[in-house]
Amino acid sequence: MSTATHQTAQTAQTAHQTVFGSLARYRKGSIEVTQGSARHYVFSNIFEVAAHAAPYDKVVVGKNLEYVIETLRAEGVSPWYACAHDEFAVLMDGEVRVDLISLNEAPASGKGTVLAGAEPAGKPMGHIVLRQGHQCLLPAGCAYRFTALKPGVLLVQTILGALSIEKWSEICIK
Amino acid sequence: MAMLDLADKPETLAQGFAADKVQASAPDAVTGYRSFTLGAFRFSRDAYFATIQWPSRGQTRTHAIPADAFLRALMRDVAWGFFYGWVNFDHVFGTRNHYGKVDVYAGAFNGVMKEAGVDYTETFDTPLIMATFKAILHDWTNEGFDPFAAPEETGTAFGSKHGENGAAIERTRIATRRMPGLPDDSPLRDDLPVNRAFLDVPQDEPEVHVEPGFEGQLHAFNLFKYLSRSDVTWNPSVTSVCGQSLFCPTTEEFILPVFHGNDRVEWFLQLSDEIIWDIGDKNTGAPRARITARAGDICAMPADIRHQGYSTKRSMLLVWENATPNLPKRYESGELKPYPVEF
Repeated sequence: MSTATHQTAQTAQTAHQTVFGSLARYRKGSIEVTQGSARHYVFSNIFEVAAHAAPYDKVVVGKNLEYVIETLRAEGVSPWYACAHDEFAVLMDGEVRVDLISLNEAPASGKGTVLAGAEPAGKPMGHIVLRQGHQCLLPAGCAYRFTALKPGVLLVQTILGALSIEKWSEICIK
Repeated sequence: MAMLDLADKPETLAQGFAADKVQASAPDAVTGYRSFTLGAFRFSRDAYFATIQWPSRGQTRTHAIPADAFLRALMRDVAWGFFYGWVNFDHVFGTRNHYGKVDVYAGAFNGVMKEAGVDYTETFDTPLIMATFKAILHDWTNEGFDPFAAPEETGTAFGSKHGENGAAIERTRIATRRMPGLPDDSPLRDDLPVNRAFLDVPQDEPEVHVEPGFEGQLHAFNLFKYLSRSDVTWNPSVTSVCGQSLFCPTTEEFILPVFHGNDRVEWFLQLSDEIIWDIGDKNTGAPRARITARAGDICAMPADIRHQGYSTKRSMLLVWENATPNLPKRYESGELKPYPVEF
């Protein structure tokens, strides 16, 4: 191999570009079916879902029995939420502030996210600022609220609850 | 090292327990490799191929797999503790996890071989198969070959026996109780270098502002940074635990070294770049679909298929598992449909 060729190969190796999605820029994939139904793969794109959702609608994009992954369009200030078990949020686009309150009265045992009221009684624990790719713990028994100055996209790992919205036929490849 | 080998992991204890039961030959005079016996299966390798033999219909049946592909598949099966359900090394050979016992099969999930009756399955206690597979991995992995790495990142698997790479293969599936970085939980990866394919991934951490009295209770980290520093490919590792719901992201490059047939539904959320999934019938291997997933795409893998992924650029994938123990029976009995949602 000549020196010039070798250098070209090395340059090519370091020129990797990682492609993340965003509300403004996503390219939904596809299914080529040989046998069976495309519906069985329950295929959607979270940026497309968030692009067509109202702020903080908890749209279910993944469901495994009682467990779910929800996509939320983060825009403006969310209600205060609470949960009897741990939940997790991953920010997929934008910048979101998460405020947390240690509740005087934790939510009764139950599954999924619940509303914590307009002014949850408890002590402020602090806040977290998430940017793309950041993950935070939403600890059991705390209240939390999202604030986004510009539209963004959140994933929430939780259990199917009263606030979860299922609209599979609107979001999935058929 | 990114992997965390917890002392209380059962298979870690088990493999020490059964190590004396491994049946290995003396090193071959020409190739330098040992051959191994596990029940009626015989495993041998030469400069290029791993060869598996088993009895059926009064004959010895033989199947060969390129040594690099075999070691990559064996590496995953060992590191995952036989994972969930079926781990097909290829269209003929593989294992099925019964969580305490493991089936080893040849041809049993190949439509043509099964119909011809030339398939064979034998069930082993997990400690024995784990000890044997680890011994094969140690003997057959040469110096300079990392079966956990993508081809561009490592040396060759081929040739006669030369050295070993114990450090590369002594990794196991990462065990996280709640979320990495918490006290008494799995560590972050700040000590590992950013992979060459993720040099453009931002390395900033979330801002965590804690009110006095709540120190240690607010927790956040940069998941994409954490993934950019993964030193292995195709190795789902837990990063958040909500009951039995496990987020197991991983970084993918080249080909998933196994064709995974799960005994439950799992979901894939593509976090970056692109993966193409070949989907086949779980029992026969017949092609069913080809799925292209790009950043933000999420899809289910039904419980009656097997899948194998292709990723040209190293990409970030969230594998989402439901670890509830009784699920295989509920899918097999028909109580649960193979696909998770009807619409």
